[in-house]
Amino acid sequence: MTRSPRLAGAGAVVRRRLLVALPVLAATSVGMFALGAASPVDPAKQYAGAAAFTASEENLAQLRANWGVDDPLPVQYLRWIGNLVQGDLGWSTSRHEPVASVLAARAGWTLLLIGVALALVLIASLLLGALAAYRRGGLFDSALRAAAYAVQSMPVFWLGLAAIAVFALALGWMPAGGLTDVTATSTSWSDVAHHLILPVGVLAVSQAPWFVLFVRDAVAESMRDDHVLAARARGLPGRTVLFGHALRTALLPFLTLVGTHLPELVGGAVLVETVFSLPGLGAVTVAAALGSDFPLLAAITLITTAVVLAANLATDLAYAAADPRVRLDG
Amino acid sequence: MADLAARPPLLRVARSRLRLRPGRAGAVVAGLILLVAIVGSLLAPLLWPLDQSAVALDQTRMAPSWTHLAGTDDLGRDVAHRTVYGLRVSLLVGAVAALVATVLGGVVGGIAGTLGGRVDRILMRIVDTIAAMPHLLLGIFIVAMLRPSLGAVIASVGLTHWLSTARIVRSELLSLRTRPFIDAAISGGAGRFRVLTRHLLPHVLPRLALATTLMIPHAVWHETALSFLGLGLPPHLASLGNMINDGQGSLLTGAWWASLAPGAVIVVVTLAIAVLAARWRDRLDPRVRAELHL
Repeated sequence: MTRSPRLAGAGAVVRRRLLVALPVLAATSVGMFALGAASPVDPAKQYAGAAAFTASEENLAQLRANWGVDDPLPVQYLRWIGNLVQGDLGWSTSRHEPVASVLAARAGWTLLLIGVALALVLIASLLLGALAAYRRGGLFDSALRAAAYAVQSMPVFWLGLAAIAVFALALGWMPAGGLTDVTATSTSWSDVAHHLILPVGVLAVSQAPWFVLFVRDAVAESMRDDHVLAARARGLPGRTVLFGHALRTALLPFLTLVGTHLPELVGGAVLVETVFSLPGLGAVTVAAALGSDFPLLAAITLITTAVVLAANLATDLAYAAADPRVRLDG
Repeated sequence: MADLAARPPLLRVARSRLRLRPGRAGAVVAGLILLVAIVGSLLAPLLWPLDQSAVALDQTRMAPSWTHLAGTDDLGRDVAHRTVYGLRVSLLVGAVAALVATVLGGVVGGIAGTLGGRVDRILMRIVDTIAAMPHLLLGIFIVAMLRPSLGAVIASVGLTHWLSTARIVRSELLSLRTRPFIDAAISGGAGRFRVLTRHLLPHVLPRLALATTLMIPHAVWHETALSFLGLGLPPHLASLGNMINDGQGSLLTGAWWASLAPGAVIVVVTLAIAVLAARWRDRLDPRVRAELHL
């Protein structure tokens, strides 16, 4: 831990956050497990698939015994959570391979999709939001806000289908889905990049309204701050005042809120991946849900939550490090 | 108090009330759209009955025309007709799920706001932690474990959307507690229960109703997203998400209209709700004027 005075309380904050997050995560895992146990689906039959109709009762009983699904529920829960804590994520019944290897093969694409889209959204929303706030109530401001509200009410998967209809089918500029060309024999980065333009664009556009509106309001607010008025009074050019003074004040609180918006991005990514048939976590999540694959679904949900919590903590700490007025509490 | 004689004549008052100012025009249009959507989806079984499982394989993928206003889908079903029923299901699921979420959030936020102190801190930390769970993933998990059905979808939406309501109720209660009229009530001898029911609740209920209204679009999106993923309502039932999902296949064969109408209906109805809610918020809190005036 750094010895910087600004981050003096950081260790204590991390400890306090964990003290809350761990019990809540544990309670959530109990709830998820209880829901899984109450599920009417027989995991052995689910695993066997069509073979369940012909399999003998002994074979199915053997499967259940192997997995220990007939053990008392607390025993099952402790075994599952114990394995989870030790890094053994379990066996995916819908994909017939370890959960860890499913995640390892898939998570990268989802992270790439979310990462690039988030970067685009941040750049675009800071630029557009600040410009709209500069002439509040002006033509650009009104148009941007109307567009933001319109996009905000469009389901992301519908936006994705519209993008496919226009850019892939009508104009033929982009591929309609997948990660590589059908005829390609190997994966080349340019091919992948070309295939990712539409999905990344759709995810970015669908997430942008919240960010744009937030930046606009925050910058509009800070345009009335004393130091911004002073900068204007000194005759500094508008661009300097806007980006150098007003936006800077609004920037920090905005960045910490980005962390709280991550869950929305994850949900959007699942839907976008489904629309564009991308081989990320979205497709396996849906397949796992259709197959009532408890280990895979639970692992994906819990791990994503942990990642989001960690990201929130990191942005809060970064905020405190950057702004000496902020006191970390909780 | 203004002199009674100085009051404008009744007619002029009526006229100025009816005059469509910007903002009010938007609200009127939004109200009409919502009225048509609600009445239409309520009366649909009487006016325009639909056989959910009927197909017409001799009329598949017909472009929009006067007989089929929004075209037909892969199975020859009229898209406009099914969209009406899809909206019916979506609004029902959205309203019920929003109500479930409101009750959950109201209870948690109410406890945190009235008790305050340590209980409040712990409850709100729990809310923060649950908010870090991607609610679509949690929703998918709930539906997957309960098997896709109407009840599972409502549970999935209700259990994932109560956090914002809890926060609103809690912060409203906390700010009300410091107001003089509460002190006055307490020093007047009112008990905890009386303060809660007679003084706090009447102030919180309008906020709660507004939060519920604003949640309906979210609930509708969540339901359509689940149905779109094939995890919502049974596939033969006309629901907006199911129809957009069906339309995905038709799109690649050139029938772009199959998912156009259901999606457009979602956009129009959620925008209408948002416009009305913004207007309502202006009324509730004139100091913070909402920015949404379309």
